[in-house]
Amino acid sequence: MKFFAGIDIGSCTTKAVIIDEDAKVTGSYVCRSGIDYLKSAEKALNKAMNAISGGEVISIVSTGYGRHNVTFASARKTEIACHAKGAFASVPKAMTIVDIGGQDNKIIRLDEFGRRIDFKMNRKCAAGTGAFIEEIAHRIEIPLDSLDKIARKAKTHFKINSYCTVFASTEILAHVRAGVSKEELARGVLESVVDRLIEMIPFEGPVLLCGGVVTYYPFIADILSDRISGEVIVPQMPQLTGAYGAALFARELEISR
Amino acid sequence: MQKEKSTEIKAAKQLKAVMAQYFVELGEAARTGNKKIAWCSSVGPAELAIAAGFLVYFPENHAAILGANRSAMDYIPIANAHGYSPDICSYLTSDIGAYLKGETPLTQAFGLERVPKPDIVLYNTNQCRDVYDWMNFYAREYNVPIAGINTPRDQPEVRDDVVEACTAQLKEIVPVLESISGKAFDVDRFREVLACSLECSNLWEETLDMARHIPSPATFFDHCIHMGPAVVLRGRKTAVDYYKLLLQEMKDRVEAGIAAVEGERHRFYWDGMPIWGKLRSLSNLFRELKCSVVASSYCNSWVFSEFDPSDPFKSMARAYASIFIGQDDNFKERYIAQKKVDFAIDGIIYHDSKTCPNNTNTHYGLPERLKQRLNIPYLIINADLNDLRCYSEEQTRTNIEAFVEQLEEVS
Repeated sequence: MKFFAGIDIGSCTTKAVIIDEDAKVTGSYVCRSGIDYLKSAEKALNKAMNAISGGEVISIVSTGYGRHNVTFASARKTEIACHAKGAFASVPKAMTIVDIGGQDNKIIRLDEFGRRIDFKMNRKCAAGTGAFIEEIAHRIEIPLDSLDKIARKAKTHFKINSYCTVFASTEILAHVRAGVSKEELARGVLESVVDRLIEMIPFEGPVLLCGGVVTYYPFIADILSDRISGEVIVPQMPQLTGAYGAALFARELEISR
Repeated sequence: MQKEKSTEIKAAKQLKAVMAQYFVELGEAARTGNKKIAWCSSVGPAELAIAAGFLVYFPENHAAILGANRSAMDYIPIANAHGYSPDICSYLTSDIGAYLKGETPLTQAFGLERVPKPDIVLYNTNQCRDVYDWMNFYAREYNVPIAGINTPRDQPEVRDDVVEACTAQLKEIVPVLESISGKAFDVDRFREVLACSLECSNLWEETLDMARHIPSPATFFDHCIHMGPAVVLRGRKTAVDYYKLLLQEMKDRVEAGIAAVEGERHRFYWDGMPIWGKLRSLSNLFRELKCSVVASSYCNSWVFSEFDPSDPFKSMARAYASIFIGQDDNFKERYIAQKKVDFAIDGIIYHDSKTCPNNTNTHYGLPERLKQRLNIPYLIINADLNDLRCYSEEQTRTNIEAFVEQLEEVS
C-alpha cells in the first residue's frame, strides 16, 4: 500500500497528515514546532505513520514557515497553496478560506474550480492571531483551554481598540481594574480576532475557517457567523487543513510521475 | 531560439569607476575648496547648481548606500533618539543618524574623511516634505543657505500656473548661487547642462525600455544599481558616456538572447521604493522563481523628457513638477496601465513602504482598481526602503512564492 505525507511546520505547531492512494486520511499528528524544525517534522511524521501498518510513504510535501528546513521532503509548497488544496478537497466550492495561525492570518479566495483568485496575509503585526490570544489570556489569567468556554458565557463584550498585542494587554488591564468581568474580557479577545479579519477583505459567500486557533477556540466561528452574511464552515480537522493539502500535493506528485 | 544564459552586466565595472570618480572629486573639493558644493534632493534643481559651477552631492544617494549596506540599521535609531520619528522617511533618519554619529561608508569606499561639507542646500518638494525637513536640518547644522522649489503633489494635471510659480522659484535660486560662487550665472552654460541632462535622461529611458524585450536583458534590481549616474551625474558628460555604454550592452544582450532571469516565466512591475537592504536576496528569489521584475515606477523617476534647452527654466520647472510621485492616483493608474502593455506585465508587486507614504500607492485602493480594470493580479509587500525593522523575511518570501504559485495555477 502506498501512502503520501504532508507536513505543515507553522510558527507554533507542526502538523503531519498521511493519506492513502484514495486520498483518505490514515494518520495525523500535531506537536510543537520548537526551534528545530527538521526534528519536529521527523517527529510528527513518525508519529503520524504509527497509525499505518505496512506500506510506505512514497512522497512527502512540506509547507509552512519551516518548509525549507524539511530536507527529506520531495517538494515544498507555500501554506497558501496547501490550505487552498486541503480546504477545497473538504468543501469543493467557491469560497473564502480563513486560516488563523499562531503568528499570521491568511485569507485565500477560491473559484468554483478550486483555483486561487487571490490571497492576503496579515501585516507584520501578530494582532488577531494565536500569539495575540495567548498573550492576552496569560495577562488576564485565563487558562487557554477554558478561554472559549468562559467567552461563551458573556452576553456583551469588552471592545479592544489597539492593533498592538502589547498595548492591547495594557488596555485590558485598565479595564480589569475598572471591574469588567472575565467573561466579557475573554469574549472581547475572540471578538477582536474577528475584527482583524473583517478589516482584511470584504467577505462574500461561504467562508471556511481553519487553522489551530479555530480548533481551540471554536466560538470564533460563531462570532464570525454573526458578523458576515455568508455561511461559515469549519472542516472536521481545521488544524490539519494545510498538512492535508500538502499530502494531496504529494499524492499528485506520484500520480504525475 | 538561442539558449538563454544569465550573466553579469559587464558595465558594472565602469559604473564603479564612474561613481568612485564622482565621490573622489567631491572629496577633493571639500578638502581643497577648489569648487563649491551644493547638496540637493534627488529630483531637485541639480542642473542649476552645475551650471553655476558647483559640484552636487545627493544625501538621498548616500542614504541608499546606507540602506544597501544595511548600516542604516545602526543609524536610524540614533536619529529616532534625537527626535526624528521612526515613522518618517528612513532615508532621512539613516542619513541624519550617520551624520550624528560622524560616520560615512564613503570613508572606506573612496577614502573621503567625511561627507563633503555643503556651501548651500537645495531641494524640491516634488517628492515629499521630508526632503525639505532633511535639507533644513543640514542648513542649520552647517549654517549654510537653503533654497528650493515648493512643488505641489497629488496633481490631477501639471497646471501652467504651477509651472509659472516653480519657474519663478527656480529663478530666485540663481542670485543665491551667484552670491556663493562669486560668479555671474551663465544662462548658456545652463542650456548646455540641461541638454546634457536631457541626453542622459533619454539614454536612461532607452536603457530601461530595453526590458520590453522578452526575455528581458535586465531587471528592476539591476536598474536600481545602474541608476546611480542618472541621479548623481545627470547634467554631466560622464553620465551620458556611461549610459551609451550600458545601452549598447543591453542591445547586445537582447541580440545574443541573454536573459537577466534564465527561463523567464513571468514578468512583473514593481511599484514603490526598492528595499535597499534586501535588493540582492529579492533579486535571487525572483530569479529562482523564474520571474523577471522588468519595469518600475521608481527607476523611471529620473526620466525628464520635458527638458528643453531653448526654454531652460520653464521646461525644468515643468519636468520636475511632472514626475510620477507628484501626480494623483488617476495619473498613476494610467501610467501603470500603459507599462503593463509596454512591458507585457503579468503581475504587479506593490511595495508598501512603512516610512515612505509618498512613494507608496497602496493606501487609497489603487491596486484593487487596477486589478479590476486590467485583470492583473497583484501582491503587496509590507516593508521599507531602509528600515529593516519593518521587514519580515519569511512573510515576504511566502507572499512572493504564493503569488507565483497562484499565477502558475491560473496560467
